[in-house]
Amino acid sequence: MITAARNYTRFLARCFRCLFEGDWRYFLWVGLLTAVCSLGLNAYSKQIVHGLATTGMTDQVSWGVYIANFTFLVGVAAAAVMLVIPVYVYHNEDLHDLVIFGELLAVAAILMCLAFVTVDLGRPERFWHLIPFVGKFNFPGSMLSWDVIVLNGYLALNVYICGYLLYCRYRNVKPSKWFYIPFVFVGIGWAISIHTVTAFLYVGLGGRPFWNSAIVGPRFIASAFTAGPAIIIIALQIIRRFSSYEVRDKALMTLRSIVQVSMLINLFLLANEVFKEFYTDSLHVASAKYLFFGLHGHNALVPWIWTAISLNCIAMTLLAMPLTKRSLLWLDVACVMAIVGIWIEKGMGLVVPGFIPSPLGEIVEYLPTWNETLVCLGIWAFGLLAYTFFLRMSVPILNGRLNQTNEPGGESQQSGAKNAT
Amino acid sequence: MIANRPPESRDSISRRSFLRGSTAAAAGVAAMAAGLAPLRKLGEAISVDEFLQQHYKELKPEDMDKVLRRIEGEVERQYGVRPHVRDYKPMNGVEYVYALNLTRCVGCRKCVHACVAENNQSRDPAIQYIQVIKMPNGTFDMEKGDAHYAPESVPEKGFFYMPVQCHQCKNPPCTKVCPVKATWTEPDGITVIDYNWCIGCRYCEAACPYFARRFNFSEPTIPKDQINPEMSYLGNQPRHKGVMEKCHFCIQRTRVGRYPACLEVCPTGSRKFGNILDPNSEVAHILREKRVFVLKEEVGTLPRFFYYFDV
Repeated sequence: MITAARNYTRFLARCFRCLFEGDWRYFLWVGLLTAVCSLGLNAYSKQIVHGLATTGMTDQVSWGVYIANFTFLVGVAAAAVMLVIPVYVYHNEDLHDLVIFGELLAVAAILMCLAFVTVDLGRPERFWHLIPFVGKFNFPGSMLSWDVIVLNGYLALNVYICGYLLYCRYRNVKPSKWFYIPFVFVGIGWAISIHTVTAFLYVGLGGRPFWNSAIVGPRFIASAFTAGPAIIIIALQIIRRFSSYEVRDKALMTLRSIVQVSMLINLFLLANEVFKEFYTDSLHVASAKYLFFGLHGHNALVPWIWTAISLNCIAMTLLAMPLTKRSLLWLDVACVMAIVGIWIEKGMGLVVPGFIPSPLGEIVEYLPTWNETLVCLGIWAFGLLAYTFFLRMSVPILNGRLNQTNEPGGESQQSGAKNAT
Repeated sequence: MIANRPPESRDSISRRSFLRGSTAAAAGVAAMAAGLAPLRKLGEAISVDEFLQQHYKELKPEDMDKVLRRIEGEVERQYGVRPHVRDYKPMNGVEYVYALNLTRCVGCRKCVHACVAENNQSRDPAIQYIQVIKMPNGTFDMEKGDAHYAPESVPEKGFFYMPVQCHQCKNPPCTKVCPVKATWTEPDGITVIDYNWCIGCRYCEAACPYFARRFNFSEPTIPKDQINPEMSYLGNQPRHKGVMEKCHFCIQRTRVGRYPACLEVCPTGSRKFGNILDPNSEVAHILREKRVFVLKEEVGTLPRFFYYFDV
């Protein structure tokens, strides 16, 4: 037991050490992210001192870019299952070793989600009121309490699965199926749940007709399964470029088909929504009108949403063409377009119009402040930093450079050799 | 198979690189710490008692007493006025209902300002619980209304005025969504907020179909000479930044048998308030006899705030 604990501590220490090793490009990248993180922290400190008045939010538009980014990133986290399902349900071998990169991305995304909701709180020091049995948890009444459970649960699941698989690889032992396969399958359902619950957060509000629509849930899932795998396509190429880890094109192509189908479904669902709103043309169309065409001369979101729709449509066309199968460059272009398009569409494009017009018919527009934007950038930098660190630790383990047999000190070398045999 | 190089040399390279890495890490931590500099401007730190204070419903009478004394001390330090902060309990056999006469209301907004004065609302930024909407005759489409009208005199011809405040719903969407039960409906029908428990997520504000809730985006300011020292814990105790507030039917007045401030000040007698469980009350009479309606009935909130017409 003690030996096991000591081995594990040594494993963690060695992983931690990996973070401090690298060439100048690595340090430049990490340094840059740290600098942006510090700027974000600085902006958040100002927000703590002066309150949320440092943001562009008002009583009329009481959620802004924080919750928009949160919503988008929950989708990115959920999309890790798009690697898990092909591997564990359909036994796709091309993606097998890449699952872990998807799950680590999910971990980084959930960390960002938690940061985004925290900065949105007016009283962050009272977070403990949200802890079940310690505070006063409104479960199952509040969808936000469901969100707390599913997000933290998903984080724990992914940390556990990644940690277990990596540690097995490190010790060069075969992972015991009972220790992780059940968790993988729970994780598949759980991933769908985090995004469904996040959708229900909005869907459940009868006083906001723009959100109070059954299609929001399916749209969330479809857009998540577009943007998430698109991010993974880009991430995998970066991994293979800057590390010795081999990622085969075939894996990227499998992901391409996922992005392709999801984007089609996403746009189809959008069309459904647009039809329902505008053909019915009831008073409830006001928010959609504001979003797509502007309302009574207020049209802050109009250029954004049309940019998003154009990006999504072009991305879909590109993905439908064999061009993106032959050329990775074009695939990347399509992926970046899809990511940006969906970030706009389901971030600001979903959150802000829900508030406009206000329930009493007032139109107050929302524009994030500079301080608010810095906080967001800080959190994104923090997430990228986390993902960079995760990769820094996991790539050497996965390609065998970091394992128990090459631990400094002879004793473990022997035990490692034993394990290997 | 893994280490082509002899382990020693590989290790010494990594040690050098590790040292460089540690230096960089130290610089990174220093940058983060520097980022936190604005926190030095944070005024009075939150006391341990305040931080650990339990939910309203968990406080035993002696705990509540301590909390109330602490709040009195805080208010005195901040505003130089010694207040009486009390925790008024609901009366048995009472369910409050509000009725507003749209035929009579002239849109003078006296209720808005009486409410602000009574309930210690922030003057800057201005927080108001009541919003009066000027509606053109012939429609109830709120989008056609104007909450920011400012003519020489009211009422203007061709318009009617519709004050909106918390409707104290029987099926409130706001309390349902609160993740920490910081807002709930009391037995007398008033939906209250524990300002000392609210985490400031603003989910209730998004859920409310009547735009009744207000958030303290910054620390409220109230001139010292305008503080109302008769305070209640769930009602008009001064709020701090980062929490939600709203109309609570003047809990500090109504629970001792007085009328809400907005009703008392109304020059036209448009506002009626009382106990619906008492068949002889004015509101019971109105609900029986007048043409009464509730706002946005289709959202199913079952408001305790009714509008009616005289004729």
